[in-house]
Formats: sequence, structure tokens, C-alpha cells
Amino acid sequence: MLGYAVRRIGGAAAVLLIMSAVVYVLFYLMPSDPAQLVCGIKSCTPDRLALISHSLGLDEPLYLQYWHFLSGLVAGRDFSMGPSVVHCAAPCLGYSYQYTEPVLQMILDRLPVSGSLVVGAAILWLAFGIGIGVLSALRRGRWVDHAVNALVLGGLAVPIFITGLLALLVFCVSLEWLPFPTWVPFDENPLLWAQNLILPWIVLALTTMPVYVRMSRAGMLETLAEDHIRTARAYGLPERQVIGRHALRGALSPLITLAALDIAGILTSSVLTESVFGLPGIGQLTVQAVRNVDLPVVVGLVLLIGTVIVVCNTIADLLYAAVDKRVSVS
Amino acid sequence: MSETVVSVRDLVIDFHTEGDTVRAVDGLSFELRAGRALGIVGESGSGKSATALSLLGLHRGGNAEVAGEIDVLGTKVLTATNEQVRQLRGSRIAMVFQDPLSALDPFFSVGDQIVEVYRAHNKADKRTARRRAVEVLDRVGIPDAARRVNAYPHEFSGGMRQRALIAMALALSPKVLVADEPTTALDVTVQAQILDLIHDLRTETGMALILVTHDLAVAAGNVDDVLVMQHGKAVEHGPAAEVLGAPSAKYTRELVAAIPRLEQPRESKVVGGEPLVQVKDVHQVFSVGSFLNRTKVNAVDGVTLDVLRGEALGVVGESGSGKTTLARMIVRLLRPTAGQILFDGRDIASDKEIREVRRDLQMVFQDPVSSLNPRRTIGESIADPLRVQGEDASRKRVRELLDLVGLDPDRIDRYPHEFSGGQRQRIGIARAIGLRPKLLVCDEPVSALDVSTQSQIIRLLASLRTEFDLTLVFVAHDLAVVRQVSDRVAVMSKGAVVELGETDSLYDNPTHPYTKSLLTAVPVLDPELARQRRLERGQLTP
Amino acid sequence: MFTGRFRTDRAAVFGAVVAGLLVLLAILAPVLTALEGQDIASFHNDLVDSARGGVPIGSLGGISGQHWLGVEPQTGRDLFARVAQGAQISLLVAVCATMVQVFLGVVVGLAAGLGGKWLDTVLTRLADISLAFPVIIFSLALLTIVPDSFPRPLLLALVIGVLGWGGTARISRAQTLSLRTRDFVAAARLSGAGGFRIARREILPGLAAPVITYAALLLPSNVITEAALSFLGVGVRPPTSSWGQMLSTATTWFRSDVMYVLIPAFMVFLTVLSFTLMGEGVRVALDPRTTRLTRKAG
Repeated sequence: MLGYAVRRIGGAAAVLLIMSAVVYVLFYLMPSDPAQLVCGIKSCTPDRLALISHSLGLDEPLYLQYWHFLSGLVAGRDFSMGPSVVHCAAPCLGYSYQYTEPVLQMILDRLPVSGSLVVGAAILWLAFGIGIGVLSALRRGRWVDHAVNALVLGGLAVPIFITGLLALLVFCVSLEWLPFPTWVPFDENPLLWAQNLILPWIVLALTTMPVYVRMSRAGMLETLAEDHIRTARAYGLPERQVIGRHALRGALSPLITLAALDIAGILTSSVLTESVFGLPGIGQLTVQAVRNVDLPVVVGLVLLIGTVIVVCNTIADLLYAAVDKRVSVS
Repeated sequence: MSETVVSVRDLVIDFHTEGDTVRAVDGLSFELRAGRALGIVGESGSGKSATALSLLGLHRGGNAEVAGEIDVLGTKVLTATNEQVRQLRGSRIAMVFQDPLSALDPFFSVGDQIVEVYRAHNKADKRTARRRAVEVLDRVGIPDAARRVNAYPHEFSGGMRQRALIAMALALSPKVLVADEPTTALDVTVQAQILDLIHDLRTETGMALILVTHDLAVAAGNVDDVLVMQHGKAVEHGPAAEVLGAPSAKYTRELVAAIPRLEQPRESKVVGGEPLVQVKDVHQVFSVGSFLNRTKVNAVDGVTLDVLRGEALGVVGESGSGKTTLARMIVRLLRPTAGQILFDGRDIASDKEIREVRRDLQMVFQDPVSSLNPRRTIGESIADPLRVQGEDASRKRVRELLDLVGLDPDRIDRYPHEFSGGQRQRIGIARAIGLRPKLLVCDEPVSALDVSTQSQIIRLLASLRTEFDLTLVFVAHDLAVVRQVSDRVAVMSKGAVVELGETDSLYDNPTHPYTKSLLTAVPVLDPELARQRRLERGQLTP
Repeated sequence: MFTGRFRTDRAAVFGAVVAGLLVLLAILAPVLTALEGQDIASFHNDLVDSARGGVPIGSLGGISGQHWLGVEPQTGRDLFARVAQGAQISLLVAVCATMVQVFLGVVVGLAAGLGGKWLDTVLTRLADISLAFPVIIFSLALLTIVPDSFPRPLLLALVIGVLGWGGTARISRAQTLSLRTRDFVAAARLSGAGGFRIARREILPGLAAPVITYAALLLPSNVITEAALSFLGVGVRPPTSSWGQMLSTATTWFRSDVMYVLIPAFMVFLTVLSFTLMGEGVRVALDPRTTRLTRKAG
């Protein structure tokens, strides 16, 4: 088990290093010159361009730039902003010239919004997704199962920005049951926090749920058909125990990986959710940074999100190995 | 006479699948008395397993419809409530399944599973239940049971897992044990151990046994009565010695006749030719696991032998003995990690030399499903080697080859899934023989086939051998089959050849202890001889 | 066997028919627009109520005999013409992206499965990375940086395709690894066939079923990705229209012009649903495992 953990973590570190290099190279090799973008088009003189290039470190060879970036992650680094020098403390993901703020700080400021969104939605989709999937498997072939299957297919076909728009249309415009969501920090007013987030939670959960319904249904059916379930029955275990202990355990273990990946991947779909509901989270920051071509922010975000995903992936694999003892052996 | 523990009257089992109804069991009746053992024997699809499952009410909630009457120790299994059936299962009638790998839950330790089952039937605290688990694991011969009670199923070997399942049954002291092909997935020596264990437990506790098996010989040595099933019906039922010694039904006679006899000598011609293949101190080391904790497995560990021109050399061994690896090295599907193999004096490790003799080294594979590409017609598959070697690959030639192996040439454009296992094996032979090789290596060519098909394929190989002047290497785990085919036999164990000799002398007077244990482990048809073998085994194992 | 099983699957047939109609709509978009008597670019200021900020005049967003789906708020451009063009963009991008994903995936999967240990390790890691990459965010970033002179639909297809080959590669690799241990591959080697011949004749045909199955489900997910990217404002550039882009502008017309939200939303829904149903049908008809599952229960 320990050997497996070491291998897995080593692998994840390698992936992260390669990923950071790829991202870095890709974005700084693009035809559009970041210095030109900062400088603007009309007001830009060659002198000014060179100055900005220098302060961004763009006149250095690429590998050096990457090296500075890596060492900045570990030890922090300084950015010269014209006359003044700004220190960006470790771990330094970069510095936004447009917002004159360290990238990490910008991300951290918006983290509570995305975090609230993800955690609330995850609780909903895990509880309902798995519950409905298991129920559907136990009622296989009956009307509940068919209804669930139809809803799952429908659910898979509606992207989140459509569900979100329709939900807004119905609940905020037509029925006026809920306010248009705005961000209220939890420690300010928990009730308002929840009231504003309930719609985004439900919408996000609804679009993620179908996969869970399917996976838990399929997993349950597969496990129920396995020989060891027959053994459990043949030795007179009560049905409650057969389903609750033996079938569920086998059926839900693979979901660990999926859930960890999705909770990380939700940062991606939060881009869409936050745009639809106008929530000032990491997703909205991404869209803004992209619109403004704020490269340090874009690179920082992509790397951070990639990191979260790789880390979650690794944790999921380790968890799975802890649950299913066969994995680390084979 | 003792009381009746199981009574089955007019049992009918229908399986409903997608608008189709298949009758698996069709009016079966039998009785089992306390302490007796009944063998239910039949080929696949005879309904024997469905019958076994129905005794514990295991068709409940499935897509099978069960009619008739089943009485197990006073419980009417078909009409009883779910709770009554639950209480019956395990505590009064327990079951052991075929595949010991999947029969136990991989997520729980063996001990936990026994504890759980024990507590489902007995009011006991966890400590008592655990003590019982260790006790029964110890009884079924799990070494160091107090520690191994915490092991997970995947940490056990196949035989140990089957022991663990028997221990689970034993923990509840049932009156009847149903064993559904309990040793089919196991090696012959392990099979003997498991069967002996069940036998000992039966004499010790007096429980009755229903042994479901396809192997008449397995039944012979372990039951009092035999019931032969075909198409869901009993074709013969009576004392084992009578049914197997003097079968009255035609089907039983055919079954008995098709079984290869271990003790039957063959008219082996003594071949004293010069060697065609020389295997010189060959090793094969596989490394398994990923790069941080890699372990080395010596699959073949220093084998030296000659295959003489024109002979049939049998290679026997249990799983993991290295026999298949050796076969694959001889045809250079694998390059030895050390040592040398000469074919006709050429070192086939060299890419240049092997190209010269590639067509002379052909192979027939074990699995008739995986040996043919499912997406290509059989004609294509047979023509391919001819095409690659630049030979006549015309349809006429392919049709000739099909005819040669006893298949209808008009089926040349069919796909593999349209053929039975035996027919597919014939196609594989046609593909191998098309290039007129000098050496044909057969790797378990009949182990996936029914007994009657086995003998047909063996006859085909024998006739081709004479017609094409072939040298044969015949790899198999079944000692009786190897005896039928081979002039000389090599016995392999743990990657090494432990004994090599002329067939009859090796079978009649084995010198190596491993060969002896292998030969006494083979189930025999004669119940009296089986009893004798069991005693011999008892003396062999310390 | 395949067509038989597919044809009895009513949902799959429904999906296939609707998908076929959508493809027709995309191909015949200019013809149909001409038939309607409209064109895609003309502004119709007379059809919008400038006093109310440009809301289309008439009920249901101005649906009429002349304008089958009404007109766009503010500009009064014909909505049917724009929706039909949206179908072109959506299907073109999704199909091309799927082809890129399948091509890259199969090549990488084959190479990983048949190549040596090192190649396999490297390519598998790459596939892992590609799967772990946040596709939307990454494409957002990429799409912003590439100059506008690059043809937009092609760029979208390339970005979605190049970022999404990981799944196909995984499947191809797994299938290749399983096929190469089969005895028929050993038999081909015994006949003296070379590596290339074995890959082409023995392995590649075996990849078809799982890859087609997977691709059939990749297609609708690519439709969603294209719509999402357009929604976020990095899709095709105006005046070319796409469904995602319409939805994005529709957010400002929420209270006044509901049809402008519902029409593109419905189109995306219909496209994804029909292709998903079709893909499901393909999966069930091609994948022997699902049939085994239903039979095993006995």
C-alpha cells in the first residue's frame, strides 16, 4: 500500500511538472505578444514596449522565464513595475499587471464563492444521484426504472447554461419565488447566503447527477449479479445485509474516483454556472482574464485548476486502493 | 434406514429470457438420506447446477420459474416464506461454488465474512464468532489460521479460497452440503486435496453431500449414488459402482467410453531418431509489477530436452509449471532470457535463422475463442499464413485444408462465432497445417472441449501426424490425455522438468515424488480404486 | 445483427431520425432560408419596438408567415435563418472535433498498446494529462490568444478535438492491449507476419466497435462544448451566428422576449438528445456486455 502511494504521488508530481511546462510554453509562445497586449496598440512606442517586455521578463530565453516561474512558486519573486518593485510571496503564481495584484491573491479572494457553490451542489448530487441510481437498480424493469432512465437521458441532453437560464426564467422572472442570485458571504448572513445559492446548487447538481444515477445503477446491477452476492444469500444473510453491506460496497467504490474528479472538475463547469448566475467566483475571474488577455492570471488559473484536478485524482486513486485492497497488489 | 434430508419431486425449472423460455430441468425427482452422498453428473447445459441452486431457493427473485416440490429437512423450499428459507440456508443446507475467486466478497476479510455468516444464524458476540472462524479455518487446513483470518480473498490461492468457503459452511454445522463443481477451477493435486477434505469432514460430522460435477471420475470416488442428467432429465440413477461400472443407459455408456483412461497403456512406437529440436538449459524470467516494486518470476528455470524427429512428446504439469512458456519458446513466440534452442541445428533466437524456418514451427492454441480473429472469415484466417509465406492461398487450397480437418468446405466464408469449440479447434489446426510444418506444438488443444469432442480432435491429430510426418509437442494438464497421445512424456513442476521418460514406463513406474503425487491425484472411475488412491495420498502427504 | 438490434430500439430510431433532420436543416440552410423568403443579414427595424428597447413586435417574438421563428430583438434579423446557420456551425464543429479526437486517440492508443514499455508509459501519462486538463478553461484561454484571422469553426473543432483525445486513446489502448494477447495475434506472428501487417489486419478491425461506440457519445458532448464556448463569448464571431452565442445575448432579453431564449435552448437540447439517443442505441447494439448483463441474471 505504501509503495503504491509513493508511486502514485510520484506520478502525480511528474504530471504536474509536465503540465506546468506545457501550459507555460503554449501561452508564452502564442503569436500575440503579451507585452504588446499590455502596452496597447495606439499609444505604444518601441521604447515602452521594450520596457514592458523587460519588466515582464519576456526578453529572457523561455527556459529562464519558466525557471523564474518555478522558483517563484517555491521562494516567491519580485516584479519591477516601472520604478517600484513589487514582491510576490511564495507560492507566487504570477502577477497581474492589469489588476496590479498577485494572481494567487485574486484567486483566493474568489475561492469562497466557488467553494460554496461546489460543496453545496456536491452534497445534493451525491445524495440524490446515488440514491436514485440504487433505487432504480433495485426496481429494475419496473416503471420507476424506466422513468429514471428517461430523466437521465433528458438530463444528459441539457447543458448547464440552458438549465440555468430556464431556472432563472421560471423561478426569478415568472414566479418571482427567488431573488436573482447575488453573492452574500456566509459569515455575513447564512440565511441569505443559502437563499441566493439554492438555485445555482440545484442547477449544478441537476446537470451533474445523471452520470451518478447511471454509474450507481450500473454498478449496483453488476455487483448484484456477482457470485459473492449469491454466496451471501446462500449462507442465509438477511437481504438488508446483502444489499446494504455487500452490494453497496462493491457498487459505490468506483464512484469515489468519479466524485473526486468531478468535485475538482466542477471548477470548470463553475465557469458556466457563475456566468449564468453572475456569481463573482473563480469561473468569472477566468472569463474576465480571458476577455482582457490578462495572461499571468490565465496561466495561473489553468495551472492551479490543473493542479487541483491532478491532486484530487491522486487522492481518489489512493482512497480507492484503501477501499479495494486488490488494487495496490495487482 | 436413516431419515430423508432432501426430497425432490417432479422438479421443473424454466428460465425466461427476452421472450424466450428455456426449460433447464424437466421433471426431476430424487431423495437424499442423512449422511449419504449423491453425485449429480452431466455435461454443460444438463440442468445440474440449476437443480443445485433450487435446493437453497436461490432462484427466488430471479427470472426462473420453479415448479414441483422440494423438501429440505422439513422445509418446503418452494412455498416457504423468505424468512424461513433464509434460516434454512447456511445453517442446515450450505453450498460451495465452482469459482472460488468470485464466490467471496473481495472487500471483506475472510474472517469477517465467516463471522458475519455465523452471527446471522447464532446469537453470539463478535469474539465468540471470531474464535469459531479461526477454529474452522484451522480445521480445513489453512496454515496459521489465527493470523490468516484477517486476510482478504485475493491473498489466498485458489485452493485456499475453496477451503475458506468450506470453512464458512463448516462454521454453521449444516446437515447437507451442496458442492457445485467445487474443484473444476483447480489443479489436479489441489482438486484431490479439496475432495479429500470434504470426504474427511463428512465422515467426521455425518453431513450429507450433493456433489454436482461434469467429471464422472470425480463423482466415482466421492459419492454413494450417482444421478446422470441430460437435457434436464435423469437418464440413470443408482449406486456409483453400478452406474459407472455397468451403465444401462446409452448416454451414460457413451460418457463413460469417451473418458480417457489413465491406466490404459497405448501401443507407443519407440522412436529413436535424431533430435529435431534441442532445448539447452533454457530460462524465461518475467518481471511483474511496476518499476518500483518489480518482482522476478522464473517461469522456466533451466530446461534441457530434445524433441526427436517424428515423435510425439507430451509435456504435463499443473498451472504455473512453465509448460506453456516452454511451448511458446520452442516456436519462438517468446525469446528465452537465457539458454539456447536449436531447430534443425539452427539457433532460432536469431532473427535471420528464424525467418528461414518460421513455416516449419507451427502451433495449435488452447482457447478456441481467442485463437481466431472474430472479425475475419475462417477462410481468411486459414489463407493468411499461406499468403505471408508466398504460397498458393487460393480458395481451392483453403477448401482442401478444410476438408482435410473434417469441415464442410462450403463454410469457408463463415465467421468463427458460427462454429462450435471443436470445429474452431479444427480450423486452428487447418491454419497450422497449411504450411506443412515439420513441428507442431499443441498447447492444451483439448482442455476447453467436452469429453466426446476431445477424443475426436485427438484422433484428428494422430491421423495428420502420420499423413504429414509431423513431430508433435503436446502440452496438457490432463495426464490421461497426454498418455493417449505421447511416445515420451516430460513432467514439469515449478519451471523445471522433473522427470522425462517413455510414456508407459513413466506412468506405471514413476520415480520422482511429484510425478507420483500427480498420478495418485487423478480421479479414477472405479470407486474401489478411488478409495485405494485416497489411502495412498494420505501416506504421501506428511 | 447490429442493424437488427438497433432497429428494434425505438428511442434510438427516434434519435436517428431527428438527428437526420437536423443534418438536413444544416445542409439545406441557405435553401430553406430562401424558401422562407428571407436572408440572414437584413435588419428589419420596422419589426422591433424601439420604444421598448427593441423588443420584437407581435406575440411569441414576432412569429409570422414571413418569419417562421420570429425576429431577433434589437436588430430584427430573421431568426429562422440564424438558427439554421447555428445548426451548420454546431454540427460542423462537433463532427470535425469528433473526427480529430478519434484520429488522435486511435493513433496514440495503437502506438501505446503496440509500442514498447517506455512509449506506453509516456503516452499513457500524456493521455492522463489531457483528461485532467480543464477543457473549457483551456480552450477559453487558447481561443482568446489565436488571432481572429484563423477560421473560427475550424479553430473550435481543432481546440475541442486536440484537448479531448484522451478518452479515445485510453479505450484504444486498452482494447489493443487486450487484443494483442489473443492467440490469433500469436498465430499471425507464427505465420511470419510483420508488426505493421498485424496492427492493420488483426488489431485495427477490433478497435472499430469500442471506438465507434465511444465516438457516438463524444459527438453530443462536443455539441455541448461548442455551445458552451460560444456562450462564453469565444465561439464564432458575429455576424456569423451560433446557438450558444444567441443564448448569451438572450440573457439580457429575459423579461421581454422569452422566445429568444427558448428557441436556441430547444435546438441545443434537441440536437444533444437526438445524438445521445442514437449513440446509446449504437452502444447497446455494439457492446456485447450490455446483452450479457441482461442474460446473466438467471
